[in-house]
Amino acid sequence: MKFDWRNNRDFLAGLLYIFTGALSIFIALDYPFGSALRMGPGYFPRVLGGIMIVFGIAVLMMGVKNKEKIKGNWSIRALIILPLSAVVFGVLMEHAGFIPALAALIPVAAASGKEFKWLEILLLTIGLTVMSLGIFIWGLGLPYPMIKGLWGY
Amino acid sequence: MELFNNLLFGFSVALSLQNLWYCFIGVFLGTLIGVLPGIGPLATIAMLLPITFNVPPVAALIMLAGIYYGAQYGGSTTAILVNLPGETSAVVTCMDGYQMARQGRAGPALAIAAIGSFFAGTVCTLIIALFGPPLAEVALKFGAPEYFSLMLMGLVAAAVLAGDNMTKSLAMVVMGLLLGIVGTDVNSGMARFSFGIPELTDGIGFIVIAVGVFAMGEIIANLGDPEERKVFTDKVTGLMPTGKDLKDSFWPIVRGTGIGAFLGVLPGTGPAIASFSSYMLEKKLAKDPSRFGKGAIEGVAGPESANNADAQCKFIPTLTLGIPASAVMALMLGALTIQGIAPGPQVMTQKPELFWGLVASMWIGNAMLVILNLPLVGLWVMLLKVPYRLLFPAIMCFSCIGIYSVNNSPFEVYMAAIFGIIGLVWMKLEMPPAPMLLGFVLGPLMEENLRRALLISRGDPTVFFTRPISLGFMIATVLIIVIMVLPAVKARRAAIAG
Repeated sequence: MKFDWRNNRDFLAGLLYIFTGALSIFIALDYPFGSALRMGPGYFPRVLGGIMIVFGIAVLMMGVKNKEKIKGNWSIRALIILPLSAVVFGVLMEHAGFIPALAALIPVAAASGKEFKWLEILLLTIGLTVMSLGIFIWGLGLPYPMIKGLWGY
Repeated sequence: MELFNNLLFGFSVALSLQNLWYCFIGVFLGTLIGVLPGIGPLATIAMLLPITFNVPPVAALIMLAGIYYGAQYGGSTTAILVNLPGETSAVVTCMDGYQMARQGRAGPALAIAAIGSFFAGTVCTLIIALFGPPLAEVALKFGAPEYFSLMLMGLVAAAVLAGDNMTKSLAMVVMGLLLGIVGTDVNSGMARFSFGIPELTDGIGFIVIAVGVFAMGEIIANLGDPEERKVFTDKVTGLMPTGKDLKDSFWPIVRGTGIGAFLGVLPGTGPAIASFSSYMLEKKLAKDPSRFGKGAIEGVAGPESANNADAQCKFIPTLTLGIPASAVMALMLGALTIQGIAPGPQVMTQKPELFWGLVASMWIGNAMLVILNLPLVGLWVMLLKVPYRLLFPAIMCFSCIGIYSVNNSPFEVYMAAIFGIIGLVWMKLEMPPAPMLLGFVLGPLMEENLRRALLISRGDPTVFFTRPISLGFMIATVLIIVIMVLPAVKARRAAIAG
C-alpha cells in the first residue's frame, strides 16, 4: 500500500504537534531565557516547545508505522458556518443589542446543518430568544441592551 | 466529636433556603442539559458556569456541584434510553442499561442508577468529611517543590490513564501548558504569545477553550457524522425496581462505591476507569456472567455507583490541595478563582462555611437527584425526542451568551469559534482534548512553582528529589508511566477499549 500522509491520522497529528512546538520556540526566542536560578519569561515556553517536538516526532513515527486513517466524515459547511454564527453574534452584541444578536445567531447556526426548514427555524428563533431574555436579562439581570438605542439601557 | 460538629455546621449552611434553592436549580439545569445527547458534564458545566457569577461564592459552588451531579446523571439517562454515551464513563452504562430499556425495563434501570448514585454520594460525603481536614493539614506543609511534583504527577496520571494513546495524551497536556502561557508573565510583566493583540495579554479564558472545544467543536463533529438515535420512550413505565432488583443490586452498589471512592482520590483517573473496573468485577463475581450485556441490572448498578463515587471523591484533592483532579474539577477551580477565592488547603480553615457547606450540599444534591429525577423522567424522555437540528442551535445560543457574559467581550466569542475549529481538528486526529484542559489550568501554577522552587534551591534541580514528599510524587509519576507501558497492562487496556 502506498503511503498517503494526507489521510494518515497520526502522521498529521505529529505534524501539528511539531508545528506547535516549533512555533512556540520561535516566538519565545524574543523573550529573555534567564537561567535555572532566575528563569526568564522565555524559559518555560522554550522547554515545553522542545518537549512538544519530541512528542510530535514520536506520534509522527507512529503514523508512518500504523497508517491509521482519519475516521468518519466531516462537514465543511458546518466547519465554516457554525463558527461564523458565533462571529455574527459577537458583532451584533456589540453594535445592535441582545435581541438582534440572538435573532441572527440562531438561524445562521441552524444553517450549518443539512436540514433547514424556514418555519421551524423561525419558531425556534423566537422561542429561544424569548427564553434567553427570560433567563439572562430578567432572571439573572445581565446588563445588555435589548435593541441598542431603542430598548433597554 | 469534631466531624459531627463540622457536618452539622455544613448542613446549617447548605440548608439555608437560598442555598437549597441554588442546589435545586443546579441539579435541575445540570440534568436538563446533561440529558441532551452529545453533551458531557464538561460542556454542561462550561456552558452553565456564567449563570453562577452573580451568586455569592458558597451558593455558586453548591450550584456548580449540583450541575455536576445533574449532568452526570443526565448522561446516564441518555445512555440507558438512547444508547448514546455523553462521555466515556457512560459507555459502560449503555451495555446493560440500554438492553434493559429494550426489554421494557428502562424504569428500573433509571431508578437503580439513581439509587446507586445516591448511596455512593452518601458514602463519599462522609469520606470527604473524614479525610479532607487531615489531608489539608499535610498540604499546608507543602512548599513549591512539592506542589510542582504533585502537579506533574497529576498531569501525567491524567494523560496516561485518559486516552488509549499515551504519547498523544501527554502531548495534549503540553499543548494545554503552552496555551496556559498566553498572557502576561507574572514575574517579568512581559506579554507572552499575545501576537500583539491587547485582549490576549490577559490570557485565554478557560471557559472560552472549554466551550469552544467541548460544545462548539463537538457540534461541528456531530454535524459531519450524524448519529442514529432510537429512543425507547413508550416503554418507560413502572419506575420502581422490584424487590429482586434491589437485592441483586445491593452488593454491586457497595462494591462499585468502594472502587469509585478509591480511584476517585487519585488525581487524573477519570470516572471511565472506575465504571469499567466495577463492570469487570461484577461480571467476574456473577454466577452467570453470560447475562451481562443482555440487560443485567448489576451491570448498571455497579458502574453507576462507581462513577458517581469517583466524581464526588475528585473533590478531595481539588478542595484540599487546590489541584484539580480532573478536567471538570479544573472548571470548578476556575469558578472559585473567578469568585476571588484562591484554591488550596487554606480554604478549609479560612472559609469553613464554603468547605463544609459544599460537603453537606453534596449529600443534599444527591438526594435531590433521586427525588427530582424519578418523577421527571417523562420530561427527560421528551427532551430526548427533540431532533438534533433543533438542539444544536440552542446549544450555540447558550454557549455564546455564556462566553460573552464572562467579560462582556465579543473577542472571547470569536476566540471560542476558533477553538471550535481547532477542537474539530483535534477530535478528527484523535488528539484527546480533556488532558489539554487540565494542562491549561495547571500551566501557570506549575511554572510559578517551578520558578519558586528553583529560586529557593539556588537553581539546583535536585531539590525535587531531595525533599521526601516531593521525591514520593516523582517516584509515583515514574511508576505510573512504567506500569502503563508494561505489555500485560497494555494488552488488558486494549481489550477493554475494544
